Amino acid sequence: MAIKKQIQELQKRREEVQMGGGEKAIEKQEAMGKMTARNRIHALVDKDSFQEYDMFVQHEARDFDMAKKILHGDGVVIGSGTISGQPVCIFAQDFTVAGGSLGLMHSRKIVKIMEHALKMKVPLIGINDSGGARIQEGVNSLAGYGEIFFRNTLNSGVIPQISVILGPCAGGAVYSPALTDFVFVVENISKMFITGPEVIKTVLGEEISMEDLGGARVHSEITGNAHFFATTEQNCFDQIKKLLSLIPANNDRRANRIQPKLPRKEYRIGEIVPDDPALPYDVRDVVRAVVDDSDFFEIQESWAANMVIGFGRMNGETCGFVCNQPLVLAGVLDVDSSDKAARFIRYCDAFNIPIITLVDLPGYLPGIDQEHAGVIRHGAKILYAYSEATVPKLTVIIRKAYGGGYIAMGSRHLRADFVFAWPTAEVAVMGPEGAANIIFKKEITEAENPEEMRKQKVKEYKEKFANPYVAASKGYIDTVIAPEETRNILLHAIEVSGEKAVSLPRKKHGIPPF
Amino acid sequence: MKESPKQDQNEVPELKKLVVQGDTFLTRYTKKYQQRKSWSKPDPKKVVSFIPGTIRQVLVRAGDTVAAADKLLVLEAMKMMNSIYSPINGKIRSVTVKEGDRIPKGTVMIEFD
Repeated sequence: MAIKKQIQELQKRREEVQMGGGEKAIEKQEAMGKMTARNRIHALVDKDSFQEYDMFVQHEARDFDMAKKILHGDGVVIGSGTISGQPVCIFAQDFTVAGGSLGLMHSRKIVKIMEHALKMKVPLIGINDSGGARIQEGVNSLAGYGEIFFRNTLNSGVIPQISVILGPCAGGAVYSPALTDFVFVVENISKMFITGPEVIKTVLGEEISMEDLGGARVHSEITGNAHFFATTEQNCFDQIKKLLSLIPANNDRRANRIQPKLPRKEYRIGEIVPDDPALPYDVRDVVRAVVDDSDFFEIQESWAANMVIGFGRMNGETCGFVCNQPLVLAGVLDVDSSDKAARFIRYCDAFNIPIITLVDLPGYLPGIDQEHAGVIRHGAKILYAYSEATVPKLTVIIRKAYGGGYIAMGSRHLRADFVFAWPTAEVAVMGPEGAANIIFKKEITEAENPEEMRKQKVKEYKEKFANPYVAASKGYIDTVIAPEETRNILLHAIEVSGEKAVSLPRKKHGIPPF
Repeated sequence: MKESPKQDQNEVPELKKLVVQGDTFLTRYTKKYQQRKSWSKPDPKKVVSFIPGTIRQVLVRAGDTVAAADKLLVLEAMKMMNSIYSPINGKIRSVTVKEGDRIPKGTVMIEFD
């Protein structure tokens, strides 16, 4: 029977390709604490669900003796599978094959699976582990990157795009992850930079390790390029699965609703916030006190920590939380926190996820460095993002909402659907001390005892304006609620806004300040 | 499953003061905030490198009198020969670089009297 032989031949070919760069290269990969491309995919998807495509693709490079080289799969594995039963498209660069370098066919495979993901409207997961452009293929490899960036942009806002950095990702290669929605990094494994330590040493004479230049910590704490940090690849895959469970497969759908659960009892919402507005607390405890099962999935936890963003479920439905964090920099808005919140708001808006905003901030961070870093144009991003978003927008003012910070944080004026305030809320043009010093400047300086007068005027101002009732009297706040009423009123607001439909003026696209 | 890159989860950073619009708040500082650079007024009498690179030519010496827009140096950076011109009319007090020097950004190259 010829067919039997042919099947044996197929089996042999498959096995060859699945060995990637061969035993030695695999040993080397594993010695670096890294899994192989195929093992990574299998660790991520449901058991036996992965189907690989383009396994037999070969490069067509002829220069520099490349014709003699066989590069299995051209250094990348593509295919589809399911994660918790949900279909996903995946590519994983195979570092064991020519260092996962990106040549023309390698890029065509990636583009193929990206286009597939867009057509089928399923999430795309890209596992990056590559030495960079395949220099022997010259401008073809640059073309390959360009084609990938173009597809990343087309896919953006239609399907979730997830980048997993599990090895080097340097030079132009970094821009595909940068265009995607969520970037996952793993300690000691992920390395991302535009120019590496070698070049920096030659040009600048400065010595820095890859880890210190563009390791997982750097991108989680300093640059904000990464959204999720893990210490092992397996933990990273668990985080990806959790994220996928919370977001919809595409922009036509809503996230899967699961069985609702009550918040856990240890989070007592009435006991978290100190009376004194100068004292901090962890706003994440407030989120945990309102979300199902007190399960809050935070994003970019260690970067711009004065703003907290992440997903939690309300009555089984995924909501995006945007919160000032009084524990860090008093929860101020600044360059990074505005950028962080604005991008997340746009993500939620693109994927039909209601936005819940928790407000407690004294305003914008003062400083020459902030002004010179462009806090004006960066700060404007958050105004733009809130104004443009048409998903349900619910705002709870917990304590301080001063000045420009009040306007920016999901205010009625940027078309929040519901604005609630706790009795501790202070909606005012600025804090009592600052305001009294300006308004009563004359009385204070001319008083017999200026300090006594100042204290009295601050007290007067506090009594009159440091409360939610002035804003409520004008309808800027819909109602004042006790902290314990927060979850129920939010659940009601989400229910009421389930069929929300508003439209923006007709335009090709707006021009956000980025 | 959630992991964070913090070194020590048990270490509680102490609360510091932050003044915003006249009101004082107790809070934690971020690493970035603590490492922010302080600003100083640029000194027009100092010619400072705007990019890291290598000095390829030095066209003036201490004691020379130059006019604004006279060429002082050539600084090679990113495969480009950048001519550095005098910002002012004046007498050069010192030239602190020589041909072949590799210098970082922000290095004082020439000082005027």
